[in-house]
Amino acid sequence: MTTGRGTKVALSIFAVIAFLFVYIPLAVVLINSFNAGETLSWPPQGFSVRWWEAAVSNEGVREALVTSVVLGICATAVALVLGTLAALALGRYNFFGRDSVSLLIILPIALPGIVTGIALNNVFTTFLGGLTFFTLIVAHSTFCIVVVYNNALARVRRLGGNVEEASADLGARGWQTFVHVTFPLMRSALAAGALLAFGLSFDEIIVTTFTAGPGITTLPIWIYQNLFRPNQAPIVNVVAAFLVIVSILPIYIVQRFSSADERGGGVM
Amino acid sequence: MATTTASPPKGGFGYRHPRARLAALLAAPMAWLVVVYLGSLAALFLTAFWTVDGFTGALVRTFTLENFVDVFTTPAYLQTMLRTLGIAISVTLLCLLIGVPVAFFMARVARPRWQPLLVALILTPLWASYLVKVYAWRAMLSPEQGVLAWFLAPLGLDSPGFGELSIIVTLTYLWLPYMILPVYAGFTRVPNSMLDASADLGAKGWRTFRSVIVPIIFPTMVAGSIFTFSLSLGDYITAQIVGGKVIMLGNVVQQNYVTNLPFAAAFATIPVIIVLLYLAAVRRTGALDNL
Repeated sequence: MTTGRGTKVALSIFAVIAFLFVYIPLAVVLINSFNAGETLSWPPQGFSVRWWEAAVSNEGVREALVTSVVLGICATAVALVLGTLAALALGRYNFFGRDSVSLLIILPIALPGIVTGIALNNVFTTFLGGLTFFTLIVAHSTFCIVVVYNNALARVRRLGGNVEEASADLGARGWQTFVHVTFPLMRSALAAGALLAFGLSFDEIIVTTFTAGPGITTLPIWIYQNLFRPNQAPIVNVVAAFLVIVSILPIYIVQRFSSADERGGGVM
Repeated sequence: MATTTASPPKGGFGYRHPRARLAALLAAPMAWLVVVYLGSLAALFLTAFWTVDGFTGALVRTFTLENFVDVFTTPAYLQTMLRTLGIAISVTLLCLLIGVPVAFFMARVARPRWQPLLVALILTPLWASYLVKVYAWRAMLSPEQGVLAWFLAPLGLDSPGFGELSIIVTLTYLWLPYMILPVYAGFTRVPNSMLDASADLGAKGWRTFRSVIVPIIFPTMVAGSIFTFSLSLGDYITAQIVGGKVIMLGNVVQQNYVTNLPFAAAFATIPVIIVLLYLAAVRRTGALDNL
């Protein structure tokens, strides 16, 4: 297109400012975590790793991290099974009520978290006799289904049904076809979905506050509880900085997956 | 799934009975979503028509519209509703204002070999914790010790502090990638031949942008707005952390759900209805296929 030179320069400058807007706050968190002072006033009062040491030896932080990881793994496992089943059903069949089913899968993430949160809280406390770690897993699984489903559905549609029909023609049972044909072809899409589901669960705060049993502290809940305690501020900041650094990981993993797929001649 | 004992010549039970296979596939996810999720939503919606006994705090299970009347006739609640709606609309407009030029830059101005890196730069903050990002803005906007206050002090200006403006800035920051990514995808799909044709017909850059590109990317802008609008509408943690005394819809729900669940339930249906109305309104643009 004939975008003028002036327009191009202006757009480039605008984009640079926008990227600064995105990254400066994250950079501030990182820099603040090495702040030597007791309070997080800007500019920092000197370089120190004392708060990193304090955070690593902090019992509460370590327990919260473990809770979040275990919760994420459990919720992802449930979401993987349910999301894959739903994707196979909706990707392969046309049936009455299909649109309603897909809407139902998307709903837990489309509605505000607080609505999902108080709805589940109400039912769990009324019918299950209270909140536990189990209710938390149920809640997280519910909103994680959609990301596995989305990734799996895209793959199921692209694959088409031919390979499965070929497998059945060669005498494979439904289960054999899934294990030897469908699953290997879906593996990278499911891995991407699982990664997203884990990330979603690991970061979730609103539904978590309404469905976690008493005394169960995930990492976001720990941050939230300590955010307004002045003497905890430096440690909260270190945890925040740690999470910023960790957020680069999934991007790297996805990159690896997609390039592995290209090498294998697969589709992504 | 397929568990037949005979050995048929072709495939398993499910292959010969597609309906049974469909039912087997759908049973577990549907049971989960209908029982756990729809059931909970229905129970909550039902609760909205009940009341709480003022003395005992027990639920009174008789049908009444009292809560909804309360929500719509109390000036403070109406104000909160309108404020939340205003914030959600402002955030959406700001995301469009920043997101569309950035997406255009990424797709059409930057060198193609830079594009994967630029996409990664937009994706990375999405993976950074929600709470950390709100917290980061607390550090940015804090009136005395914040980065912005330090930066603006030599100019004789103050940080805007915590309030409605800081909520809008923080929410815009949080949801901006959700706007950039679909619009960027839209820009990359505009065929070059169409732009050449437009230029051949004598259109200048701006005219081509307005008459050719915008109609093509409009559904993606709407798709982005669904995220920015509905995520802003239901948020209450941002208001708690950077809002100062300003409260949003979600705060009212959160403050009431322990003592008066029916009222909180009635209040919580408002963002749901607004989001569903918005989804219905934009359905015809084809935005839902661009999510």
